[in-house]
Formats: sequence, structure tokens, C-alpha cells
Amino acid sequence: MTKLNTFEQAVETYEPVLGLETHIELDTHTKMFCGCSTVFGAEPNTQVCPVCLALPGALPVANRAAIEATIKIGLALNCRIAEWTRFARKNYFYPDMPKNFQTSQYEEPLCEDGYVEVVVDGQVHRVEIERVHLEEDTGKTLHVGGSTGRIHGATESLVDYNRAGIPLVEIVTRPVPGTGALAPEVARAYTAELRDIVRSLGVSDVRMEQGSLRCDVNLSLNKPGEEWGTRTETKNVNSLRSVERAVRYEVRRQSALLDAGERIFQETRHFHEATGETSPGRSKEEATDYRYFPEPDLAVMEPSREWVEELRATLPELPRKRRERLQAAWSLGDKDMQSVVNADAVDLIEATVAAGASPAGAVKWWLGELSRRANESGEELAALAITPAQVAELQGMVDDGRLNDKLARQVIDGVIAGEGSPAEVAAKRGLEVVSDTGALEAAVDEAIAANPAVADKIRGGTHAAAGVLIGAVMKATKGQADAGTVRQIILDKLG
Amino acid sequence: MTGHRAIDQTAAHMADAIRTGRATSYAITEAHLDRIDAIDGAIGAFLHVDREGALATAREVDEAIARGEELGPLAGVPIAIKDVVVTKGLPTTAASKILEGWIPPYDATIVERIKAAKMPILGKTNMDEFAMGSSTEYSAFHKTRNPWDTGRIPGGSGGGSAAAVAAKMAPLAIGTDTGGSIRQPGAVTGTFGAKPTYGGNSRYGLIAFSSSLDTPGPVARNALDAALLHEVISGYDPRDSTSIDAPVPPVVEAARLGATGDLSGVKLGVVKEFKEGADAAEPGVVAAYEAGVEQLVKLGAEIVEVSCPSFTYALPTYYLIAPSEASSNLARYDGVRYGLRAGDDGKHSLEEVMSLTREAGFGPEVKRRIILGTYALSAGYVDAFYGKAQKVRTLIKQDFEKAFAQVDAIISPTTPFIAFEFGARTGDPYQMYLADLYTIPTNMYGGPGVSVPVGLSEGMPVGLQVMGPVLGDDITYRVAAALESTQDVLLADTAPEIEGK
Repeated sequence: MTKLNTFEQAVETYEPVLGLETHIELDTHTKMFCGCSTVFGAEPNTQVCPVCLALPGALPVANRAAIEATIKIGLALNCRIAEWTRFARKNYFYPDMPKNFQTSQYEEPLCEDGYVEVVVDGQVHRVEIERVHLEEDTGKTLHVGGSTGRIHGATESLVDYNRAGIPLVEIVTRPVPGTGALAPEVARAYTAELRDIVRSLGVSDVRMEQGSLRCDVNLSLNKPGEEWGTRTETKNVNSLRSVERAVRYEVRRQSALLDAGERIFQETRHFHEATGETSPGRSKEEATDYRYFPEPDLAVMEPSREWVEELRATLPELPRKRRERLQAAWSLGDKDMQSVVNADAVDLIEATVAAGASPAGAVKWWLGELSRRANESGEELAALAITPAQVAELQGMVDDGRLNDKLARQVIDGVIAGEGSPAEVAAKRGLEVVSDTGALEAAVDEAIAANPAVADKIRGGTHAAAGVLIGAVMKATKGQADAGTVRQIILDKLG
Repeated sequence: MTGHRAIDQTAAHMADAIRTGRATSYAITEAHLDRIDAIDGAIGAFLHVDREGALATAREVDEAIARGEELGPLAGVPIAIKDVVVTKGLPTTAASKILEGWIPPYDATIVERIKAAKMPILGKTNMDEFAMGSSTEYSAFHKTRNPWDTGRIPGGSGGGSAAAVAAKMAPLAIGTDTGGSIRQPGAVTGTFGAKPTYGGNSRYGLIAFSSSLDTPGPVARNALDAALLHEVISGYDPRDSTSIDAPVPPVVEAARLGATGDLSGVKLGVVKEFKEGADAAEPGVVAAYEAGVEQLVKLGAEIVEVSCPSFTYALPTYYLIAPSEASSNLARYDGVRYGLRAGDDGKHSLEEVMSLTREAGFGPEVKRRIILGTYALSAGYVDAFYGKAQKVRTLIKQDFEKAFAQVDAIISPTTPFIAFEFGARTGDPYQMYLADLYTIPTNMYGGPGVSVPVGLSEGMPVGLQVMGPVLGDDITYRVAAALESTQDVLLADTAPEIEGK
């Protein structure tokens, strides 16, 4: 195995060309071609019928809600909606695919020729969309009896067809050249943007961890001025971070091979979350011939222009527009807004502001303390056990002088530990700021008595020395005093 | 021929007798079941007989009538169903080992309609495996013999349904027609078979051979009986996306009109290209057919020659499109979810189990067509084969449309030759495929076609085919019923008696 190049070395010599294929499960109530439920997590094989089990004689009927959702996605991605489109059969044998063909689309997709603009480091990258088409998901195979959960060593393979036939939208980009060293970030930003667009349309919950958004990452390298190289397709890259890592790894791996004068094989590769590496799957040379042909069991679709325009009129504000509006409303600079977006905190901050917090306060908590905690625990920010309403309440207490930042952090501990709302945690843990000036004056007097030399300095006009006394008072009150108030009392007594 | 037994009556007569209390459905159904018991050993029309189920339905009908309930026009009249149509709780195999023992958990739409019409289901009839064949010799289970000569084939793929009706084991049956599988068996057994307009009858629950061609339809001993059944099973079905949402053509009314024997003003086309070429019909078939044409002229019909040049390519086009679709439709039989599973002994991989299952489960003609279809759809060949065939299919449709601008219906012999002897054509697939030479164009177009008995050749029945425009099923019944009106005795009633046990 050739030693990998560093990413920086690689992008000095080679230009990456990206391509992304994304599958999104729609959250229609029923499956693509039958009336079965699509709810996630049901007992295996309880959401099945003759159609999605491919019993002899069963026939599909297309789900109008899924077609509608796909057209909305196409419109949001600036695509042209086909006036004449049909399904096609993609033929290959696989046990979790009941018919041994997937009903998909081939030469006549529902939506074509769109684009998405993503911003990375203040630079706008236009990612062109080749096609958006509608198809059906497969079932899931479980291998049991082995130690690894993989087919090797398993004594039985069990298939759950609950997922078979759930509508799946495939979004394919055109090759994206010209991203250079930013290729990993552009791939990630595109995926995030796509996810946000689809989420804003309300047609899928786009949860990467549940597999309702799945990515295949295509990548090739070429030297400047030369033709594009042979691409690899890394399958099932299932988090934003993994998308970035998969691109980074393939750039390093391919560049090392090319440096060594070896050729890149056109092949599918698997991504390994644990190591961030990819490994070869089946190569395209031995790939299946899918024998596509038009699906004779389904009628051709001719979405009327009136219908398309009706759907266009229902499109919500799209994420980029919304971000621009919120950035202005929150008075954030480009860099800060970018940080908010990168932290996936737009929704959280918006909800926190809606619950009454100042934009600055909301941004401070979500990007600061809370982001730090999410990073430490390896969680998504939104998965932290604190709600935007609780953050707004916390900030309100700080604004009222009932908490200082240090106490507020301890309150967050309590909220995340499930001890209740910020007010409840502060009360239970006794974390409120001491605002009883009588008690504070006594503590200041004690501090002055214990530090006569410092007190003299202050009396002599060196106000900066007050810090020592403030520290002593804070220590004595276990941090529950308001530092500003303490300082004022000291200066009143000694100034 | 006695002519006085319950089984000798037409379905229309049986229905009338049951409705008016002159006969019970139980007695009529039992008579057919007894007939099956007596002679099906010699014929082999059935793969499965449901005596209990049929008699239970018959009893319900008789009780309902005793209560004075109004029932449908065929209530109480028993029926046989081709084994390619799924029936809840009754074995359904498509005459294939790969589905042996499978009990469907649901009913086909047409079966639901038959049940709603209170027709006792006698059982499931034999056929060529997955409806691929013209002789029923490709059934994985047993031969079906032609009641007119048990040394000969009953046609196919629906030989079981045709033989059951010809031998009076059932007054009515369901067939399916992809390239002629209702009409050709009808012709060679002296029965009436109708392939309705594609989309006129639901395909939901019809085990798919070629989705864009398959059409279920009635098998009977005359046009009126078939029309009555046609109206029971027809009509829009939201579970079949290719089903037509339009009123069912008035075929019963048309059959009654035809029976008056008046065809004045009706223009009948004869296809110029059918008379030419090396694959033309046998002289005996031509003679019987032409005698029939003369009768139609006597009834007032005008004969007009029409040219349909693309029909010459219909057979090769069919043998690209139908196998292509079949290769995909039959992919689901892999041993994973139902039916046969071979090689599941812990020593074989999943792919090997699938492969062994299909090797053991499919017969030679099915394998031949899967291979043919897989090839026709393969990268590098799909444009030259499947793609080109679709273009020719469009030309065939255009030929029909042009012809129907000139004529009301088109007539031809149903099949070029009479029932042949067992084994005569299995050695050369092309000789077998020729049986559907005249029936295939209608499937490619999507219009209706019926086969009505017209006469005999060498003592064996010959059929005349009437083809109509899309949703013009009524004209085909009218012309066929008019031809029947010229016969003193229905041909179907002159079949030799089968010696039972």
C-alpha cells in the first residue's frame, strides 16, 4: 500500500473534481407504490403487503404525495420539471429487493438541470444539479449468528421489508470542478444545504443518523490543464463530517497512487466511520448491467404546468434567503453568521430569540458554552438536553442580574442533568447571585481586614488593586456575588 | 350428445334457471364437479379442484334466492379459473414448479368480482408455465388433452380453461391472453374466447408474463355467455395503473344484437398481408374460414381489404417485447420469500441458492424466454432489439388505427393450423410460435379480439377471429354472435363425448 500524501501536498499537485449523489427518504404517510405505513422503527415485516413484498400478481400504484414532494425539491433546487416523465425498472438480484428490480427512473427523470449555491469561506460555489428522480427504497438484511453482524460467519440472514418501497428521491450533481483545497468543505456545505432545503420543504425529516439522507461521494483528481481523472464512488457516507472526511481521504489516497504512477480504478468504495478510510467494493468493470427499460406497470406522468406553478407557490422561504434575513435581524457579521451555520445553530438561535432572548445572548450561549459541550460529548448541538426556551430563560436571569456567567454555566450543568428549568436548578442548587448588600458589605469588610496592604494601595488611588479584594469576596461567597456590585462597595469604602 | 343434462345448458340458461327457481346452483355446480371427477382424468384440464368451496358458494346463492334477494346476472353459475390468476386460499402456481404449494393471501381483482357476483369457483385450470406456450405442453405438472381428439393439444397457454369448457366441466372459465392464449385455445377446442381491450380488465392479481400485453378475459361456449362474464369482470380498477377509467363497452347488448343475424352496414376488414407469405394458414383452415366469411356477407356485412404492412413484423416484435418484460417480471421467483427454494443446505451462498432455485423451478420454455429477454435488454443490444421492437409496435398500432378508419372490425382465421398432435412442435420453438401469428397484432395494439368457432377441418374445430378498435369490444361480440346465428347447432355442442371412468 502506497503511503498516503498529506491533504496539503495532494491539492498542491492535483485538482479534485467532486460529484455527489444523495438519497433522501420522503416522509409520506404511505409507501411509494402501495398503502403500507412508513413509520420508522416498527417490528420487522409488519408494514408489508402483496405489493411491497412482490407477491405474484401484485401491481404498483404511484403515490401522488411523493411525486408532489419530488417536484417541490426540484423547484427548490432550481430545476426544470419534466412535462413527460416515467418510471423505469433497474434490474438486479438482491435479497432485500423483493421484485429483484428497483422501480426507479432512467432517461426521463422528474426534474433536471438545477443548481444550488453554497458559501464556503465567504466564497460562493455553484453546484449544478443534473437530475432529481423518484424511486423506491429496499428492505434491510440482518445477518445473525456470526460475531460481526456481517454475512461472513452468519448462520442465518433475515430480511425486514418494512423499508422496502419507501419513496426515495435521488439527487445527482454534475461534476463540480474548481473547488481545490476547499473540496471537502464544499462537499459538506452542499450536503448541509441540501438537507436544510429539504427540511424547510417539510417533505423529509432528513436524519442522516436514521439513514433518511444518504450520500455517495464521487471524486477524481487531475493535474491542472489535464483531463479529468478516473473517479471512485464512495457509498453510504452518512454524516456531514463523514462527507468531508471521505473527500479528504480519497484526495490523499488517489494522489499518492497517481504520484506512484499507478492508475485509479473506477470502482465503488466503502467508507469506514471508525478510521475515516475507504476500502474497495465491487469494481465497475464487473458491475451489473441493470437492463433498464420503461416500467410497463405504471402510467406515464405528465405534471401539468398549472400543478407545478401551484406547488411553486407553496414553497417556503428557502434556507439561504432565511439565513440572510436572520443575519440582518441579528446584526451578525459574515464570519459570525458562518460560524452559526457551521455549528448547525440557525434553528436553535432563532428559537431562542423567539423565546425572548437577545440575539447576542442567544448566539453567545449556542456558539460558546453549548458548542463546547457538544464537541466534548461528540453530540450534535441540537441533541443537547437543553431547549432554546431554557437558554432564553437562562439569559433572562443573567440580564436581570440573578446569575453571572459562572453561575449560569453551573445552571446549565443542572438543566442538562435533568434537574429542571434554569430557575428550578438555580433554586435547588442555591446558585442565585447574592444581592443582599448587607451580606456583601460584611464580606468586603472581612476582605479589607485580611488584606491591609492592598487596601492601602486602593486608598492611594491604585483602583486596579481592587481585583484582589473582589477575588477574596467571590471566594467567600462561593461565586454568588455580582463582581460589579462588590467592586462598587469596595471603592465606596476605600475610594 | 344428450343435450338435456344440466351441463349441456348455456351459462345464460343456467343463470336464468337458478334465478327463477327451476334449478339450484347447488345441483348445477355439483353436476360440473361430478363431470370433472368423471372425465378430467382423461382430459387433465384442472390443476386444483375446490369442491367444498364451490358448493358452499352455490348453497349461499340458493339460500339468497330463497330469501328473495336480487343477485347478479351470473349468480350461481360455476366457473373455472386459469391458474395464473391468484385466488385467496386456493393454490396458484402458474403451472410452475417454482410456485408449487404457494397459497395466495389475496384475491385478484377479477376474482373479487367473480366472488361478488356469487359464482362458485370450481378450481384452477392447467396452462403452459407462466402462460408461455401454445399447447399447454409446457405445464410443469401434466398434459391437457383436446376433448375433440385426446391425442392432440388443446392450444395454449390457456389449454386447461378451453378444454374444461369444451368438455363441459365448466360452463365458463377465465383465461389470459398475452399473444393469443385465450383465442388460440378457443379456436382449436371449438369454444369462444375473448381477449378484451388492454386496460379494460384489471391485471391486479394476474401473475405477470408481459405487463404491457397481458389481458384477462372470458372463455365460454358462445358469445352471449362470454359477454355476460365479460361484464362481471370488467371495469376500472384503481389498483392497476394501466386500467382504463371508462365505461365498460356494452358487450351483452352487442351479443344480443348480433344474435338477430343482421350485419347490414357493418364493414369488415380482411388484412391483405395475412394472405401472403410462407406462414399462411393450412388449406383446411382457410376453407372453413372462407365459408364463415360467406355467411357474414349473407348477413349483410361488407368485406373490405385493408393493408397492415407492419403485421409482417408482429411475431418477431412480440418475441422481443414479451420476453424482455418477462425476464424482469419473473426475477422475483428467487426462493427468498415464497415458493420453491433449492440448495438451502448451509453449503451454498445466497446467490447460489437463488440460482439453484431458478434452475430447478423453471421449465425449458420459461428459461428460453428469460434468456432471450435478458439478452434483448442488455447494454449494447437494447436499442437494436427492445428499442426497435417498441418502434415497430407503434407502427402496428398505426396500421390498426388506419384500418379502423375504414372498417368497423377486422376478421381473420384465429390460428393458422388446427390442433396438432402432442410433441409435433416442441422441437422447434418457431413452429410453436407460429400458432399466434394472427392473434399477436391485437395484443401489440391493445384492442379487443375474439375467436368464435366457424367450422371444422379434418374433424377438428377452426376459429374465426374478430378484432376491434380499442374499447370497441362490443363490435367483436356482435359480429361473432351473428356468425353463431348461422349455425343450427353451436359447434361447441358437437364435440365428441368423452368416456369417463
